[in-house]
Amino acid sequence: MNPFNYQRATAPEQAIHAITAHNAKFLGGGTNLVDLMKDGVEHPSTLVDINRLNLTQVTATPSGGALIGALVRNSDLANHEMIRRNYPLLSQGLLSGASPQLRNMATTGGNLLQRTRCYYFMDTAFPACNKRNPGSGCAALAGFNRIHAILGTSAGGSGDATECIATNPSDMNVAMAALDATIHVEGPKGKRAIPFAEFHRLPGKTPQIETNLRPDELILAVELPAPKFAKNSWYLKVRDRQSYAFALVSVAAGLEMNGSTIKSARLALGGVAHKPWRSLEAERSLAGTTAGAAAFRKAAELAVAGARAREHNAFKIELAKQSIVRALTLAAEGPQGVQA
Amino acid sequence: MIDTPLEQQKERQLGHRYDAFAKVTGRAKYAAEFPVKNVAYGHIVQADIPAGTVVSIDDAAASRASGVHSIVTPFNAPKLAELGNVNVLQNATVLYSGQPIAVVVARSLPEAQAAAALLRITYKEEAAKLDFKGLLNDARPPKRGGASRRGDPEASAAKAAVTIDETYTTPIQNHNPMEPHATIAWWEGDRLSVYDSTQGISGVQQALARAFSIPQASVHVECPYTGGGFGCKGYVWSHTILAAMAAKAAERPVKLVLERPQMFGPVGSRPNTRQHIKLAAAADGKLLLQQHDSVCYTSMISDWVESAANQTTLLYDSESLSTSHLVVPLNLGMGTWMRAPGEATGSVGLEIALDELAEKLNMDPVELRLVNYAEKDPRQGKPWSSKHLRECYAQAGERFGWSKRVARTGQHREGNSLIGHGMATANYGAGRSPSSAVVRILPNGRVFVGIGTQDLGTGTYTILAQAAALAFSIDPAMVDVKLGDTSLPHSGGSGGSTTAASVGPAVYDAAAQARLKLAQLAAGDAQSPLHGVAAEEIETKDGRIFLKTASGTGPDKSEAITALLARNGGTPVEATATSELVKDRDSFTSHSWGAVFAEVAVDADTHMVRVRRLVATYDIGTLLNDKTGTNQLVGGLVWGIGMALHEESVIDTKYGRTVNENFAEYHVPVNADVGEIDVTCLNIPDFRFNPLGARGIGEIGITGAAAAIANAIYNATGKRVRDFPITPDKLMA
Ligand SMILES: Cc1cc2nc3c(=O)[nH]c(=O)nc-3n(C[C@H](O)[C@H](O)[C@H](O)COP(=O)(O)OP(=O)(O)OC[C@H]3O[C@@H](n4cnc5c(N)ncnc54)[C@H](O)[C@@H]3O)c2cc1C
Ligand code: SF4
Repeated sequence: MNPFNYQRATAPEQAIHAITAHNAKFLGGGTNLVDLMKDGVEHPSTLVDINRLNLTQVTATPSGGALIGALVRNSDLANHEMIRRNYPLLSQGLLSGASPQLRNMATTGGNLLQRTRCYYFMDTAFPACNKRNPGSGCAALAGFNRIHAILGTSAGGSGDATECIATNPSDMNVAMAALDATIHVEGPKGKRAIPFAEFHRLPGKTPQIETNLRPDELILAVELPAPKFAKNSWYLKVRDRQSYAFALVSVAAGLEMNGSTIKSARLALGGVAHKPWRSLEAERSLAGTTAGAAAFRKAAELAVAGARAREHNAFKIELAKQSIVRALTLAAEGPQGVQA
Repeated sequence: MIDTPLEQQKERQLGHRYDAFAKVTGRAKYAAEFPVKNVAYGHIVQADIPAGTVVSIDDAAASRASGVHSIVTPFNAPKLAELGNVNVLQNATVLYSGQPIAVVVARSLPEAQAAAALLRITYKEEAAKLDFKGLLNDARPPKRGGASRRGDPEASAAKAAVTIDETYTTPIQNHNPMEPHATIAWWEGDRLSVYDSTQGISGVQQALARAFSIPQASVHVECPYTGGGFGCKGYVWSHTILAAMAAKAAERPVKLVLERPQMFGPVGSRPNTRQHIKLAAAADGKLLLQQHDSVCYTSMISDWVESAANQTTLLYDSESLSTSHLVVPLNLGMGTWMRAPGEATGSVGLEIALDELAEKLNMDPVELRLVNYAEKDPRQGKPWSSKHLRECYAQAGERFGWSKRVARTGQHREGNSLIGHGMATANYGAGRSPSSAVVRILPNGRVFVGIGTQDLGTGTYTILAQAAALAFSIDPAMVDVKLGDTSLPHSGGSGGSTTAASVGPAVYDAAAQARLKLAQLAAGDAQSPLHGVAAEEIETKDGRIFLKTASGTGPDKSEAITALLARNGGTPVEATATSELVKDRDSFTSHSWGAVFAEVAVDADTHMVRVRRLVATYDIGTLLNDKTGTNQLVGGLVWGIGMALHEESVIDTKYGRTVNENFAEYHVPVNADVGEIDVTCLNIPDFRFNPLGARGIGEIGITGAAAAIANAIYNATGKRVRDFPITPDKLMA
């Protein structure tokens, strides 16, 4: 770990001022950032500790939605009464992630920005990683890419010098993508709101830039619109062990039902792309149909359309399809309790 | 020592671990936790390339960095005596990525790490050999051992009614005990002291003495507690010697603790295996041929063979047999012992092959094993010192409900789960090594036991307190045990499931001799009620010494041991003994056995596997302590779950690094992965093997377990996965 300065902010303005220092970073729960600092992947010159900011509440919005402070811990959020009742999909997603200890530390803002678990990114002894060291190549392309992306990659276009097939590893993000959240941020130029779909980026030619949040902007809160899918939703996570493992593939499914007819649907995938992968095509195909295997299979095909496999991750395409059908089936069966 | 009946041994069992209180309260100190004045922190710098030479290390900036005391590199390291297999900066050759190439010593660990990042290292890279599959043509016989042959394999195979001919593969694994390797070393003149987390303090003492060309008596090693070893602390690796070297260079004590990623490479691995197995059987299931050919990687440093085919030579009878081992040299860290080296991997191949054979024969898998039951050691026809494997199959099968198993695959469904049942045989060898111990009867009536062995968390303290308690017929709570110090009588390394069988009898013998001395003392003491009695006629129990024929309670021929000692100068009575191996040990084979049954649930859509139940029964001789013994077996089974479903060190074939070198990505079972576990032991003493009848228990638990689970997965799904671990993707194919 490199030497660094440490500052503690007690108000958002103070934090936003402090972050303008060269190469400064906000410190949330530290469960991702500090690990990466120890591993030599991140070397901020200054850590601006935001844990004292008053961004720790979950409140109801006038429009019937929820506003989640950026410092609400993952465990508090998952177990919040209103969240469990109105957004069980989010609770389920959160509880499927990491371990209780990590969830007690992890913040909503930090989870939004957690970085990929690509092995080659996390171990600086691998010389080639366009995300860590732009232009150096991508060791995952010819390496062990079982956990890597099948959707939204640079589709063979950009070549080794900019390519990246990393995934966004978060479970929370997949649920929030399906719930159509909005992210409220504040920077030196003031506040703005970023729709969830526009928050995370595909790698394109700049895999080192993962979100559209500017480096000097502070996440204040995540807003969820009024609940539509509380009765019929499911978060399904497929992983290599029963708990404490990142998703091979995960599915956040929400259905707005009218009898056995689907009024509207939400479908987002995790573990398959550089960002939480929401499939509007699949959602549109479900709307107006009768819930059932045929409709779900069609949606599954549409959701992974254009998928491109690498040497070790071809299984994800079929696994994603099977998981989508299962998650939609379970969602349609609802209402479901949240499983810890 | 005389054979000690089970009931007597049971009476002296400790109900809890001897060291439980110290561990739970944090009073038990592990190697890195000892306070040592002026200690500096070492950080090992590792090679980033898999093959080549370190051309230069520019340490100018690092040397100036805050808190740095010294930097040892191949270019300034003191020359040591030839050590064989460890990399201790004696040359600049790089044989694997992760090899130690420098040590930075600083005031604090963060300062050492920060300075290490400032080193400017240049290499001359060479082509590395990394792709096991691609290099199978390089496979060669290992320098030592490997092959065996019985009967006429070709002729036997030709007679077969049914044949199985398949290849099974297991991946590289890394041990990762909770406590990583750690050493604190310091010099006082030419005397070297270390705290080291190890499975063998005497081995550490020898290696350090040899490395620095000093007498063994000048090296003092302490290790009161080892936080797990599983084999990777059975060898003296670079860090121990580097810590001593760095302490010399920095002229102060140096603490060197390996970081988790450093556990992947520099301290050994279980090599991968590629096992080709051919089984040929007659229509009644009798094995005509067992052929088991295993290939594993070995490092460029030295040959290490994961001897997967060895157990096949003795597990079942067959008309003919042929086994072999080959190695493919790769630019990776060394292989080493890892819990049941050979049996853990070999039982995966053989026990799945038998399951495949049973299916082809339309025979129950247990029945197939019974048909080929080895009544004698098939290698030379020697009798077993004790073998009750039949009872294991019966008992575990009964507890599991095996008779209700449906042989046809894919028949049992609960909701989205496919349920399956499978079984396998467990086995592991039994060995002993000579060991010495000292026992002292203290004036206050307590008993002190000292022995230069170590407790890896397995229960060595506990069973030694029991052994002394047994010899004196006292409450084991009256016994104080000291281990893990080279100033105590010499004992061997803790490995190969030999510890209990080696050190238990040594302590018992030393205690018996101390008791005899005490009796002689009484007999020679004019004031003792036992004056003039023959020492052999005297016994002890619950702190009193008395005539064998007397009740021991009356005042006539009996007295308190404390009173006897008080009258005789108030000094302890002490004896040292070395346990002898039984004389006729070449006339039989000792081996441990077991049967494992597994029930799994496989999700039909996600292909995630959950092990719902493991039921196992073992024949391991005397179960010395119910809690610590059963705990070893349960731990082995849990590891079997990991072997079946999770564990794999993935090597990048271009860079030669383990890509998943941390606990987030190197998966071992978590609590949610472990279903119900039911372990029982037959508890039939093997007195031919040793007077306690105990054969050692540390490793057998992992054997067979992974195969039983794999066989259950097949029964559930109809998919035979022969490549481990069995992850969801492999069940989709
Ligand atoms: C072993 C392990 C297993 C895990 N398994 C899972 C899993 O299965 N599923 C899963 O989803 N996650 C998993 N995680 C990841 C975990 O969810 C994240 O580490 C956590 O959510 C990050 O939150 P944090 O508050 O600790 O972030 P930090 O580490 O503090 O910060 C992360 C990043 O966010 C920035 N940041 C933090 N807060 C703000 C803010 N308010 N405004 C602007 N920037 C901010 C920081 O500067 C930093 O760049 C795992 C982590 C570990 C270590
Ligand atoms: S996939 Fe992305 S993060 Fe991983 S090595 Fe390639 S460029 Fe780096």
